[in-house]
Amino acid sequence: MRQGSWTKVPSALKPGRHFLQGDEACAEGAIAAGCNYYAGYPITPASEIMHHICQRFAQLPGRVFIQMEDEIASIASVIGASWAGARAMTATSGPGLSLMLENIGYAIMTEVPCVIVDVQRAGPSTGQATRPGQGDVMQARFGAHGDYEIIVISPWSVQEAYEEAIRAFNLADRFRVPVILLMDEGVGHMRENMTVSPKTPIYRRWKDPSQPPFGGVEVPSMPAFGEGARLLVTGSTHDAWGYRRTTDSQVQEQLVERLVGKILNHRDEIERTFTHFCEDPLDVLLVAYGFTARSALGAVRLARGAGVKAGLLRLTTLWPFPDDVVKGVGAREPLILVPEMNRGQVLRQVQRVVPHAIGYHKTNGELITAREIWAAVQEELAS
Amino acid sequence: MKRGTTASIVKYIRPRTFPTPFCAGCGHGILLGAILRAVDELELDFSQMLFVSGIGCGGWIPSPHFNTDTLHVTHGRPVAFATGAKLFRPELNVVVIGGDGDIASIGGNHLIHAARRNVDMTVICANNLIYGMTGGQVTPTTPLGARTLTTPAGNPEPPFDLSRLVAAAGATYVARYSVWHVRPLIRSIKKALQHEGFAFIEALSTCPTQYGRRNENPTPIGMLRALKRDCVTVKRAQDMSEEELVGKTIIGEFVS
Repeated sequence: MRQGSWTKVPSALKPGRHFLQGDEACAEGAIAAGCNYYAGYPITPASEIMHHICQRFAQLPGRVFIQMEDEIASIASVIGASWAGARAMTATSGPGLSLMLENIGYAIMTEVPCVIVDVQRAGPSTGQATRPGQGDVMQARFGAHGDYEIIVISPWSVQEAYEEAIRAFNLADRFRVPVILLMDEGVGHMRENMTVSPKTPIYRRWKDPSQPPFGGVEVPSMPAFGEGARLLVTGSTHDAWGYRRTTDSQVQEQLVERLVGKILNHRDEIERTFTHFCEDPLDVLLVAYGFTARSALGAVRLARGAGVKAGLLRLTTLWPFPDDVVKGVGAREPLILVPEMNRGQVLRQVQRVVPHAIGYHKTNGELITAREIWAAVQEELAS
Repeated sequence: MKRGTTASIVKYIRPRTFPTPFCAGCGHGILLGAILRAVDELELDFSQMLFVSGIGCGGWIPSPHFNTDTLHVTHGRPVAFATGAKLFRPELNVVVIGGDGDIASIGGNHLIHAARRNVDMTVICANNLIYGMTGGQVTPTTPLGARTLTTPAGNPEPPFDLSRLVAAAGATYVARYSVWHVRPLIRSIKKALQHEGFAFIEALSTCPTQYGRRNENPTPIGMLRALKRDCVTVKRAQDMSEEELVGKTIIGEFVS
């Protein structure tokens, strides 16, 4: 069978309820998923992930933690460790993600499973380091150069920070691709209850040294260093066995198309969306993600209390963008509002499939509240 | 078969990778051979070696030529990639090979931090004083006054003494030899490969194409003779005055 395998392993944390911070839950999800290599660099508001991993790895055998000299080195060592067989992760915020992007492109090109957490803060540049933002949606998707597809996931709760961290590792190994877990300061620093299930599902990459590591099938075999595969890994354009083919237009095209296709042909495995109160025709549909989706759900309840039929489409997978779901849920609705802590990065994607969608933006480093969204809805309904 | 001979090191070459892409007269081929001779003479298990390299002519020494695990990464970052692989799989004998632009300029930060951490790996910097692949621009090791594509009136900036830099950063084995001094270079590589901790070798190489022809030394043999003429051993340098040492490069082991 030319693919990896699913298993269920006992969860690292005691099953049952835990009261955790979003950053800590993300770290625990990574640990549950078998993360055994972490390299990072301090940055607000993501440092708690590194602190938690550092402390927990010290109690768990066979897991390597290192604080590197910068974010470039962090992602570089994560990729090196992944080729050595690790389930590897780093965490940062927007400025650090900017530094990592060249090597994330390298991970795309050499098909390296790894997880990069970005706990978004208000930018651009140093901006407001302790304040929330959702301004990295496009950076996460398009920040590296060249044509590629990447998986980006945005959790809305502590529970999802845990679960989506697990899913991120599994998707990374399933598709041999870096996965960005796009949190925001709101979710990262929030504390709430979450539940740990007794078993954690784990997908392990397939290894067959007799198979080409860069072609032949959509998601090729990935042996590790030191296993006798004589791996020839390069970020230059390469054939199925890794030989550089830097002037062969056919090899270049085939490689890019396969890297894109292995993601887009499996949207059903990657996309995760939720509808809340969307059963019947609506007066207004909210489309939201991350912390803002919590406020959006609050706004739906306020609207319902006032007799307005409101619903929420919540996007957990942001990239590949769930076009069909948004179209399916949104096309029939008269008013679609996309609240987000940026100038409309997801709004443009919604408009691509449902052109009449409108946005509610906030860029002052404050969370968007349910009342604000409800007020914006009322204003639109009145106009 | 006698170890360390050409016939004996052919087995380490990946099929379909020769001839090398190096220009005629490039010193990197000599270094390539020196590294493999060191591996062969030590009888190391080649399958447990990992060679990491970045962008530039020096990065092409192991990739694709060495027939074991090779990781050819982004410009300047091989030491950081190698750190991850080594920490997760300590049984690997990890070797980074790169040029002066890759290792000392864009990758300078990773170099000094890996030396400070004393990560158990060997870094071999093929120092040819120039960015060869991109057309001959100035690097942090280009001598003061030397002409390059981006210093047509002569380099106004003083260069790094790479070996002293890495030694000061905390490396536990540091040596400098040249591709003229092949036997001591091989001996030094053998020591580095067996050294526990961060080992750094500055291997002075030649680039007649981009450096020599702009600096009145356009022939391969002329550049090799210049290495022979200008390098003095640590021991000999001790008895030389500062005046006598002007224009000389000290070779030998600085930390061992």
